[in-house]
Amino acid sequence: MSAKSEIMQRIRTALEDVPDIPAVDDVPVPWEFGRAVDLSAAGEILDVFVERVEDYHATVVRCPAADLPVAIADGLRATGATSAVVPEGLNPDWLSAADGVRFTVETMPHLSPHELNRIDAVVTASAVGVAETGTIVLDHSADQGRRALTLVPDRHIVVIGADQVVSGVPEAVALLRPAVEAGRPLTWISGPSATSDIELSRVEGVHGPRHLYVILVQERP
Amino acid sequence: MTTERLTPAPPPGELIDSPRFPVAARRELGNAQQRRNLHHATRTIRDKRAQAVGEMDNWQELRAAGGAIKSRVLRHLPEYLEQLEASLTRNGATVHWAGDAAEANRIVIDLVQQTGSTEVVKVKSMATQEIELNEALEESGIAAWETDLAELIVQLGHDRPSHILVPAIHRNRSEVRDIFLAEMGNYGTPPPPGLDDDPVNLADAARGHLREKFLRARVAVSGANFAIADTGSLVVVESEGNGRMCLTLPETLISVVGIEKVLPSFEDLEVFMQLLPRSSTAERMNPYTSIWSGASEGDGPQNVHVVLIDNGRTKALADPQGRTALRCIRCSACLNICPVFEKVGGHAYGSVYPGPIGAILNPQIRGTDSAVDRSLPFASTLCGACTEVCPVMIPIADLLVHMRSKVVDAKKAENTGVHLPHAEPAMMKAGAWVMADHRRLEAAQLATKTSGKVLGHFTDHIGALPWPLSKWANARDTANPPTQTFRDWWKANRAQEEQK
Ligand code: SF4
Repeated sequence: MSAKSEIMQRIRTALEDVPDIPAVDDVPVPWEFGRAVDLSAAGEILDVFVERVEDYHATVVRCPAADLPVAIADGLRATGATSAVVPEGLNPDWLSAADGVRFTVETMPHLSPHELNRIDAVVTASAVGVAETGTIVLDHSADQGRRALTLVPDRHIVVIGADQVVSGVPEAVALLRPAVEAGRPLTWISGPSATSDIELSRVEGVHGPRHLYVILVQERP
Repeated sequence: MTTERLTPAPPPGELIDSPRFPVAARRELGNAQQRRNLHHATRTIRDKRAQAVGEMDNWQELRAAGGAIKSRVLRHLPEYLEQLEASLTRNGATVHWAGDAAEANRIVIDLVQQTGSTEVVKVKSMATQEIELNEALEESGIAAWETDLAELIVQLGHDRPSHILVPAIHRNRSEVRDIFLAEMGNYGTPPPPGLDDDPVNLADAARGHLREKFLRARVAVSGANFAIADTGSLVVVESEGNGRMCLTLPETLISVVGIEKVLPSFEDLEVFMQLLPRSSTAERMNPYTSIWSGASEGDGPQNVHVVLIDNGRTKALADPQGRTALRCIRCSACLNICPVFEKVGGHAYGSVYPGPIGAILNPQIRGTDSAVDRSLPFASTLCGACTEVCPVMIPIADLLVHMRSKVVDAKKAENTGVHLPHAEPAMMKAGAWVMADHRRLEAAQLATKTSGKVLGHFTDHIGALPWPLSKWANARDTANPPTQTFRDWWKANRAQEEQK
């Protein structure tokens, strides 16, 4: 008997007391999925988003769409980056104001981990922002690139449009399902890399980017 | 012939051979430094959790939803596991099944050997600790590098984890510095010279030490917090980014996942991604969560394996009452709130699953043959704090009582060859009544102390009533006259520590 059929047999024997009815009828789940979270007590949704991203010690700036290239240039300067990698799908206009920064647009073949490690920063778009938790989700579409890009360089400049920010986790999960069904991975980012492993004192920056610089664009870029 | 080890050796001995809880607890209590570290840590995180949970006005609804989803999965596990396997396979992952630890280890070793790699980087994973994968890999000539900061501290310190979430919680900063200075250089990039005990610099030393390992790694081993049946996705929730490194950079990824980790649908994440971070690290959201569905073209590992393990879980599943323990999402809130855990730490539980959840889960999945597993259900004051914080509504205190009955039954069956009814449930009810009011408890304990009939330092107050206790004590193999009741002792010690 294969390991699988043996385990399945054990499970069936273990569950002999469970009536043979559909799971959804056997155990109802008292929950309505995909609802918006009421943030009215905390403030206006974008303000809550900004405040909660900042709570993780990330930097957040807000700008009108026309100023995005300047905001990106400022972010690279503020984090001390002189080189940056960008995914192939990123709008090249976004980089037009960053004089003095060496950009690498990643094409095939991909950069090796060691090559990525020698680049200061990465600039990407994002998929969804979650106000209640201060979370930014990447679905790794063409303007966000593969996962390693936003992981190995030490500074992540990430752009999010105001209309991409939702109230809470339920709305975000609902929006993200198509990307998952398309086979794309997701990365949820809430502040820079952090640890509390030593005496529970929070230290920012262990392995992921130590600087998270968020640009919130008023209209969709 | 002695062979050189590839990775730091863990302490000698097997966890299952650990002494009974009261014995181990007394040993751990002798370590004043550890008690101070634990006290500080559990206090801090417990207060933070209360704050993070207090922000949510629908917390109880979320808990009910989380408990129900898990309960639905457990009661209909075969169909969800079949669906998970089909979705994962469709997404390009290879699914393996392992009945026990030995089978799981064999599968992982074979997969690593097929790649030709002699090392793996590891994401902190309870399942791989449970099956003792690192030692099995070491014996096969494969070095397993732990990459979570706390796990690194434990591994380099020739130590064992003492907490689910912060495995090195029993160590303070200067101990961590000493471990790094003594050991890091033996296994890769050494710490910077003159390393001090500032956590910022210690974390930086870990970053330096592990970066080279991440960049060259060809194989990673992970667990998963959730395995989603309908989309065939695995989820890893973490803080440091070591998980992302392991899940993204290597060519081969092997994830060892308990069969109870399955969730029916991607939508279910909205419940668990609200429950887990607040219960666990006490944050609105943990820094990083990775979700991947098999192999994703042009992004991350292309050789993706998932090893689904039973290893005793079906034994827990067979007990209609006990199976609720399998809902556990390993958040560790029950450890942090537990007055017994706070005092003795995780090592006394003789398992990778310590604290209240360990006290009910270990005897279920490992059985009640060993001394330590028989003693674990008694490692509690039944104060019920764990039940209140559990995000998936596991009735932990009830299960402790339930498991006590099972231990007593097992012992009686062994001693007499027949099953006898036992006094335990009656005693527990009485115990609960006593515990409900601390004046009653203290009075009862005083009586206990005088009579000298007790169950050992940590269980003396459980059935602190003369009649049931006497019955209980007869069935036990210990009768240590205490010099202090638990509560006296706790009060006195806590008062002392708070002055420090
Ligand atoms: S039993 Fe509940 S509180 Fe304890 S670790 Fe598991 S989920 Fe968390």
